[in-house]
Amino acid sequence: MEFLVASAIGVMTAAGIYLVLRARTFPVVIGLSLLTYATNLFLFATGRLAVNQPPVIGATAGAYVDPLPQALVLTAIVISFGMTAVVVVMALRAYLETGNDHVDLPGDASPEASEDDWKLRGRKQAPVSPPAAGSGGEWA
Amino acid sequence: MNHMLIMPILVPAVVGALLVMAARYDKVLARAFSLASAVLLLGVAIALFVIASDDSVRTYALGAWPAPFGIVLVLDRLAALMLLLNAVLGLGVLLYAVGGWDMRGKHFHPLFQFQLMGINGAFLTGDFFNLFVFFEILLIASYGLMVHGGGGLRVKAGVQYVVTNLVGSSVFLIAVGLIYSVTGTLNMADLALKVPQVPAGDQALLQTGAVLLLLVFAVKAALVPLHFWLPGTYANAPGPVAALFAIMTKVGAYSIIRMYVLAFGADAGEAAWLAAPWLLPASLVTLVLGMTGVLAARSLGQMASFAVIGSMGMLLATVSVFTQQAIGAALYYLVHSTFAAGALFLIADLVAERRGVQRDRFVLAPRFAQGGLITAMFFVAAIGVTGMPPLSGFIGKLLILDGVRDSAHAAWFWTLILSTSLIAIVGFSRGGSLVFWKSHALPPAPASGHRPAAAPFVAVGALLACLVALTVFAGPAHAWLEGAAVQLFAPAGYIEAVMGTLQEVR
Repeated sequence: MEFLVASAIGVMTAAGIYLVLRARTFPVVIGLSLLTYATNLFLFATGRLAVNQPPVIGATAGAYVDPLPQALVLTAIVISFGMTAVVVVMALRAYLETGNDHVDLPGDASPEASEDDWKLRGRKQAPVSPPAAGSGGEWA
Repeated sequence: MNHMLIMPILVPAVVGALLVMAARYDKVLARAFSLASAVLLLGVAIALFVIASDDSVRTYALGAWPAPFGIVLVLDRLAALMLLLNAVLGLGVLLYAVGGWDMRGKHFHPLFQFQLMGINGAFLTGDFFNLFVFFEILLIASYGLMVHGGGGLRVKAGVQYVVTNLVGSSVFLIAVGLIYSVTGTLNMADLALKVPQVPAGDQALLQTGAVLLLLVFAVKAALVPLHFWLPGTYANAPGPVAALFAIMTKVGAYSIIRMYVLAFGADAGEAAWLAAPWLLPASLVTLVLGMTGVLAARSLGQMASFAVIGSMGMLLATVSVFTQQAIGAALYYLVHSTFAAGALFLIADLVAERRGVQRDRFVLAPRFAQGGLITAMFFVAAIGVTGMPPLSGFIGKLLILDGVRDSAHAAWFWTLILSTSLIAIVGFSRGGSLVFWKSHALPPAPASGHRPAAAPFVAVGALLACLVALTVFAGPAHAWLEGAAVQLFAPAGYIEAVMGTLQEVR
C-alpha cells in the first residue's frame, strides 16, 4: 500500500508540474488541480497509513489513526476548490479581454500568442459575449 | 485573556462582511465604513503596540482550547510592530483609493478589509497551519484587488500571480505535512520544543520540510530566484493596491524571522540556524538584481517594483546573519522600506493618472498638473528608497552595516550594499530627470479644469511624514526594535507564554 500511495503522489505531482509549465491557461489549470490532489493525498499520508483503526483513543482501542491530517486535508480541499474556481474565472476573463489564452504577458517574445489571437484573426467571437461593463463582479 | 488581541482580525472581518451585504451600491456608505474600520484598526494597533511594550508575551486561546491542541494568537513586540505597520499603511492607502480608484470596479472595500484581516491574522497567529489559512485569506483578497479595474494586461498579469501563489500554497501544505509527520505538532511554540527531540533518522524529513517552508516564504518575500512574479504583478496592479502589496512581501520576511529564530534557532539541535546558508546567498543576489533592475526599468511602476525586490534583498541578507543586533537593524529597515515603497507606488500612480497615454513610462511627455508638488514628493520618496541622508533609509543602512560587522561575510555585505546604493541612486536620477525634469521644459498640456481630489495627496504626504518621523525619532524607535530582537532571541518567554495556556485553562 505504501508503494501505491507514494507512486500515486509522485506521478500526480510530476504530471502537475509538467502541466503547470505549459504555455496556455487550460493545461495550467489542470496541472494546478493535479498538484492540489497530490498535496491532499500527501497530507492524508502524513498521519501514517493505517487501515481499520478508530480515529480516537478509546478504552478498548488498541491502536488509532491520527485524525488531525484528515482535518487538515478537509481545509486544504475547500481552499483549493475555491482557488481553482478563481483561477478558471480569471483565465477566461484574460482570454476574452486579450484575445488569446497564453500565460505570457503580451510582448514577452511569444509570437505564438498573437498567431492564436482571435481578435487579430478577425474571427467572430465564441458565443460567450463579453459581459457589459460593470456586470462582471470583481473582474469588471 | 485579553480580548483586545483578536480585534485586528475581527474588525475587518465584520466590516468586510457588512460591506458586501449592506453597502454594495452605496459609494458614501462603503467609503465611510471602510475608513472607519481602518481608523479603528489603527487605534487597536496603537493600543496593542503600547501593551506589547512591557516585554511580556500575551496569548489568546481561540475557543479556550489550550495551546498545543487549539489555535492561539500570540502578541509580542514583533507582532505588535507588524500590526501597527499594516494599520498605518492600510489607512494611508485607503485614503488614496478613496480619491477615485475604489469605484473603478466592484467590491474594492470589502476585498481591502479582507486583505487587512488576512495580513493581521498572519502576524498574530501562533500556529503554522493557521498561518497557511491566513496566507490564503490575504491571497484570495489580493487576487481580487490585483485585477481591480480590469483591463486585459492586468488580468493576464493577475493569472500569472494567482498561478504562482497556488503552486506556493501546495508547497506550503507539503512542508506543513512533512513537519507535522515527524514532530506531531502544528503549534510554533510546541514545534520549538519538539524540533530538538527529533531523532537522527527523521532529520532528513524535518529539514526538507523546513527548507520547503523557507521556499514558500521566499516566494512571498520575492527572493531570487522566486522573484519573477513581482515586477509583472506590482507594475500592472492598480497603484493603491501595489502600495498595499508593499507589506505583503514583509509578511514573507516576518514569517522567516518568526519561524527560523523560534523553531529552527539556536536550540534546534541538528537543525539549528537551518535557514542561514540558503538565505544569505539568495538575498545578496536579490539585492544586486533588484537594484540593477531599478537601473533597467522602463517605467516608474517597474522601478518601484525592482526597488522593492532590492530592499527585500537587503532586509533578508541582514536577517540571514541571525544575530540580535542584525535583526534589530533589519526591523528598522523593514519599517522604513514599507513606507518608502508604499509612497513610491502611490506617486507613480499620481504621475500615470496625469500623463495620459504616456502613463508612467520613461518617455518625454508634456508637463502635467500639480507637477511641482508631485516632483517634490517623488524626490523625498526617492531619497528614502535609495537610502540617502537625511532620511530614515540612510539610518537604516548605517544600522545594517554596523549590525553585520561581526559576520564572517561582512566584506560581501559592505561591498554589495554600498555599490548597489550607488546603482539605485543612478537609476532613480535617470528616471526622475526623464519624467519630471525634462518634461518640465516642454509646454504644459491644456488644463482639464476640474479640481483634483485632495485625499491622494494627503495619503502620500502622510506616508512620507512617517518616514520623517522615523528619522526624527530614530533613537527611540531603534531602541524599541532592539527590544523586539532581544525578545526574539529569548524564545523561552514565548514558549512559556503559549504552552502556559494549558495550565491557565485548566
